[in-house]
Amino acid sequence: MQSELMSQPYSMRLWAWLGPQLGPLLLAALLLLGVALPLAHALLPADHPWFISAYTLTLAGKILCYAVVALALDLVWGYTGLLSLGHGLFFALGGYGMGMYLMRQGDAELPAFMTFLDWQTLPWFWWGSEHFLWALVLIVMVPALVAGIFGWLAFRSRIKGVYFSIITQALTFAAMLLFFRNETGFGGNNGFTDFKTLLGFGIAEPATRAVLFLLSLALLVLAWLGARWLVNSPFGRILTAVRDAESRLMFCGYSPLYFKLTIWVLSAVLCALAGALYVPQVGIINPSEMSPANSIEMVIWVALGGRGTLIGPMLGAGLVNGAKSWFTVAFPEYWLFFLGFVFIAATLFLPHGVVGWWRRLWRKSA
Amino acid sequence: MTLFSPKTAVVEREGWDGEAKGLAHLVDGQLDTRHGAILYLEEVCVSFDGFKALNHLNLDIGVGELRCIIGPNGAGKTTMMDVITGKTRPDSGAVFFGQTIDLTRYREAEIAQLGIGRKFQKPTVFEAMTVFENLQLALAGPRSVWASLRARLTGEQRDRIEALLLRVRLQEQRHRVAGLLSHGQKQWLEIGMLLAQDPRLLLLDEPVAGMTDAETEKTAELLLSLKGHHSLMVVEHDMAFVEAIAERVTVLAEGSVLAEGSLAQVQADERVIEVYLGR
Ligand SMILES: Nc1ncnc2c1ncn2[C@@H]1O[C@H](COP(=O)(O)OP(=O)(O)O)[C@@H](O)[C@H]1O
Ligand SMILES: [Mg+2]
Repeated sequence: MQSELMSQPYSMRLWAWLGPQLGPLLLAALLLLGVALPLAHALLPADHPWFISAYTLTLAGKILCYAVVALALDLVWGYTGLLSLGHGLFFALGGYGMGMYLMRQGDAELPAFMTFLDWQTLPWFWWGSEHFLWALVLIVMVPALVAGIFGWLAFRSRIKGVYFSIITQALTFAAMLLFFRNETGFGGNNGFTDFKTLLGFGIAEPATRAVLFLLSLALLVLAWLGARWLVNSPFGRILTAVRDAESRLMFCGYSPLYFKLTIWVLSAVLCALAGALYVPQVGIINPSEMSPANSIEMVIWVALGGRGTLIGPMLGAGLVNGAKSWFTVAFPEYWLFFLGFVFIAATLFLPHGVVGWWRRLWRKSA
Repeated sequence: MTLFSPKTAVVEREGWDGEAKGLAHLVDGQLDTRHGAILYLEEVCVSFDGFKALNHLNLDIGVGELRCIIGPNGAGKTTMMDVITGKTRPDSGAVFFGQTIDLTRYREAEIAQLGIGRKFQKPTVFEAMTVFENLQLALAGPRSVWASLRARLTGEQRDRIEALLLRVRLQEQRHRVAGLLSHGQKQWLEIGMLLAQDPRLLLLDEPVAGMTDAETEKTAELLLSLKGHHSLMVVEHDMAFVEAIAERVTVLAEGSVLAEGSLAQVQADERVIEVYLGR
């Protein structure tokens, strides 16, 4: 066996070694980027050939946040069989939580948009948002509560399949309309922007950007490891049981409700954390983050990468958003056509996504 | 956890040891079988859009009894199991587990925890998991989210799973993914999962459908070995199989009991012959 392997061409041997290592490879790539990008941005002079621009670093940080969202969505869709078309809502809620804190960092008593509306006092739900810790509580608790109440009602009434997907879509759409209104108190269609400082650090400074990028990377790696532990635990097996044979599970004496609710809320919180890190990096949050199209795009990341695997969604988020940033510069008007095409092609030709395709290739050759 | 309904949360925290005692404060009482019966159906009616799937059905099953239910397609056999296991609520009538537990007041998972196991007409196992994991998941024990996060397989549980694997003849397949099993093996795995729950009453809907003759024979042996330790209700079409296992047979037709007695008795019954041949 060994000698047979040695007599094969080098590329074959490389393939035999790399084939099953998709996870470690991705982790290594992430960590390498994690060291190189922020250092090259923060330490190198701007005219150095290896200098990384703020644009590139922000793009990479954004994609890391999206990868967390893809992972979170995969936990509910790929593992538990609950297709959410409204995960953009939780992402946006986390972003708005962080945005509220950032909007309170100026000298003025009220955020600028409230002054424009002629408001005299801060609405009650803004109280305390100038404190970072309270903002963190909001970032976690508000999406958890929204997801918890929504999930409780939906799962208790045993809403499943397409019906579930449609009401998640309706939920994010309704929230978007609500946030579009100026009277709601979140800056209407402009949302929040023009942030200055975060915990006293200038938001646009290279070091701040580098740290935000690193935090996004840390969140992704932790979420990945946590998700791995979770899906390999007995709890994770019960999630796949919900997906594959829910009634069998009930007649085994389990209440699917609690398992669905737990993973649903967890997934929402993960999205919210990603949203909270996303906002200071891109410098803006507005209701368009809640648009149905955004949530659908998230589903495409997972489908393209391979749902029901952990690496797949992260890869999918990277591939789609990498392509998107290129398209929106080169041919912006064709992006949505391309995305639709990718989705159809993935559904038809890569039913298990890029990861499934890779694994099949490897198994065939092995 | 605070969102969970207090009623069921109690069940989950109490853990489940296979006896009804942990639920004493929750249910009307413990499983009380002093009168010799474990299951009573009284005047049960179920209709779907005006069609009476169960029509004043009366039936009871004794403790440790193995009862066979036969009847033409559409007689209401599966619907009856749906009613017992909480999947379908009856329009009227009473369904009691023992003397005191009113099953119509509980949900599927609670009824399973009370000690009623069910095998579906179409074999249903968790296809993405191995045989071993399927049995592990079904093993009697606490059913809460929290317990599932902390669960460690004990040596005792491992022994129990090994014993079950032996019993349903799947030792060789223990690490195979359940989706790759043959039809008959899936049926056995599902029966194994029922036994893992250690239920007082087992409901088996067409357990030998799609099995080879040899498999059918082995299944008959298995069910006979359960008699006495568990109460069983078996719905089956295969008359040879029924003959091999049944002491008492109930014939269902158009949602109610047409005849009851030994297999020979019901086969000689005029009305039974009519419903079977008249179609
Ligand atoms: N959910 C349902 N909705 C409408 N009709 C049903 C439903 N379930 C069963 N039925 C009808 O009730 C009758 C009894 O069905 P079933 O209990 O499955 O019969 P069996 O198992 O004895 O073959 C059948 O005529 C079937 O079509
Ligand atoms: Mg049936």
